[in-house]
Amino acid sequence: MRDWTRQKTERATRMDAAAPFADGKVVAADNATDMLRRVIKSGDRVCLEGDNQKQADFLASCLAQVDPADIHDLHIVQSGLVLPEHLDLFRLGIAKKLDFSYSGPQSGAIARALDQGKIELGAIHTYIELFARYYVDLTPNVALIAGVCADRDGNLYTGPNTEDTPTIVEATAYKSGVVIAQVNRIVDKVPRVDIPGDQIDFVVEAPRPFYVEPLFTRDPGAVTDSQILMAMIALKGIYAEYKPKRLNHGIGFATAAIELLLPTYGEKLGLRGEVATHWALNPHPTLIPAIESGWVEQIHCFGSEVGMDRYMSARPDVYFTGKDGTLRSNRLMCQNAGLYACDMFIGSTLQIDLAGNSSTVTPDRIAGFGGAPNMGSDAHGRRHVSDAWLKAGREAAGDSGPLVRGRKLVVQMVETFGEGMKPAFVEELDSLALARKLNMELAPVMIFGDDVTHIVTEEGIANLLLCRNADDVEQAIRGVAGYTPVGLARDKAKVEALRQRGVIRRPEDLGVDPMEASRNLLAARSIRDLVTWSDGLYSPPSKFRNW
Amino acid sequence: METFTIRAQARASLPGTGRQAIVGVVASGNLEVLLERSETGDAVVVDVTTSARGFRAVWEAVVADFIARSSPGGVRFSIHDNGARPDTVTLRLLQGVKLLETQP
Repeated sequence: MRDWTRQKTERATRMDAAAPFADGKVVAADNATDMLRRVIKSGDRVCLEGDNQKQADFLASCLAQVDPADIHDLHIVQSGLVLPEHLDLFRLGIAKKLDFSYSGPQSGAIARALDQGKIELGAIHTYIELFARYYVDLTPNVALIAGVCADRDGNLYTGPNTEDTPTIVEATAYKSGVVIAQVNRIVDKVPRVDIPGDQIDFVVEAPRPFYVEPLFTRDPGAVTDSQILMAMIALKGIYAEYKPKRLNHGIGFATAAIELLLPTYGEKLGLRGEVATHWALNPHPTLIPAIESGWVEQIHCFGSEVGMDRYMSARPDVYFTGKDGTLRSNRLMCQNAGLYACDMFIGSTLQIDLAGNSSTVTPDRIAGFGGAPNMGSDAHGRRHVSDAWLKAGREAAGDSGPLVRGRKLVVQMVETFGEGMKPAFVEELDSLALARKLNMELAPVMIFGDDVTHIVTEEGIANLLLCRNADDVEQAIRGVAGYTPVGLARDKAKVEALRQRGVIRRPEDLGVDPMEASRNLLAARSIRDLVTWSDGLYSPPSKFRNW
Repeated sequence: METFTIRAQARASLPGTGRQAIVGVVASGNLEVLLERSETGDAVVVDVTTSARGFRAVWEAVVADFIARSSPGGVRFSIHDNGARPDTVTLRLLQGVKLLETQP
């Protein structure tokens, strides 16, 4: 007869083996590696919490110390693979297979490890796609997570950076897995219970607080005139045109420029209250002037941001906060909000091809795309309407048929030339060469052309919704590609015809004067200005302080 | 470092009486443009000194579009470029002629 409780039996065996290294649920830091040796078995699926920002860095270094002769062939299933220790697991032969979403600083190392056969790559997911698979076929056997503090019963306070934790724990704890949390402190009573102790097996007080990367801080001092021009074009040609109230911004400088223009240029255009009132957004410091000027009703966050905690605690009408007063973020919920409840995603990219496919992959780097492929996609399951969504849908449908559904606005902003004068517009994305080199079945594309609705450059806007065939799309893209080889090879007559149809809109067509695009338009011109706007509540990390 | 000169004829000479103007700075990704009303008739001369090699064709295209747009006849442009992108070049050229046109 089949044994229906093998997972529970296995879990009990492991918990018994680990018990000598714990005092109840509490494990001393010195015992952490020994405890992991008893809890993890070769071939396990392991989530070593690496979120976009928060890292279970102590547990990662403990896991890297096990003997690969004892524990090997682990299958790592985690959203962010950003610490050197994460790569060490593969280099040392402890881990073998990888399913992830984002790698940031380790993108070059991952590509090299793949090339050398050190990593067997499952897939590069978008965040909610990986989270979804935690519940279907990538359920972790063991989850190593990070929180701010825990009590001795394992009740966990994750702090403002809750991020992925509840999602990881839910999948692991309810499928007979083992959940181990590193915390900065073990306390008698946690400020609020983000994860009930019932779902946590062990807690370890780490020697150092877990690492958080300030990913979303853009210094207004580094915003260029070109980015300001693009922001003006976007505000006039897209925000004022479609009036998207619910939206997500990417993390680049182009959208930071938009945030800093809302209280100035946006105000002049009369858009306050008409656009950008409800957000799925990380706590961008550059949004502070717009919040303080009364533009923003509410914001739900994927994660937190270093230095923003006091400001957000003081603005609970805008941000989601717990009864303890600190931010509550949640990546799964916020990604879902971005997918279904937002009318627009607008963000930067590095490369766009002639079909509008967009990628941030550069040769020899596999960075993943985090949430962008999800934010930047039209949710076919959406059934509620908004004016912006319907207008975009009608433009795409032209005159065809009575049953027209809406479209999410997916806007890519890109300067025609990137770093080192590298053209952003290309005949073929670099990711295709990478896919050929590494034998990947699917080239890593951030946003496919059929989801992109607008491309904004300093040359104007290409509205792909109004394109009726592949040739329209190609010439519309060439038409805003400026002096890049792709731009110089445009068919001038076709581009002019597209401009007559409103598919291409130049700054002068929109009444935007490039001569006005200056830093004087920015509501804040420095990090210090942001601190002033926040009434001293925003405390930027030291690397952004120059006073 | 690359140096070259682009010569062209504008449709008309630049209005105004300003003799000389300077815009921009030679910072990274930026450029400095000195404008002098020193050429005869509708001739335009653009002297380019740039830190980025291999972009002469792009410069010629940018300058041709600029001359078609603002017709700065009689002006000599001396450019010191530190890797500015084309839109920044166009912006500085436009700012320069506006300054030359409007100054007394």
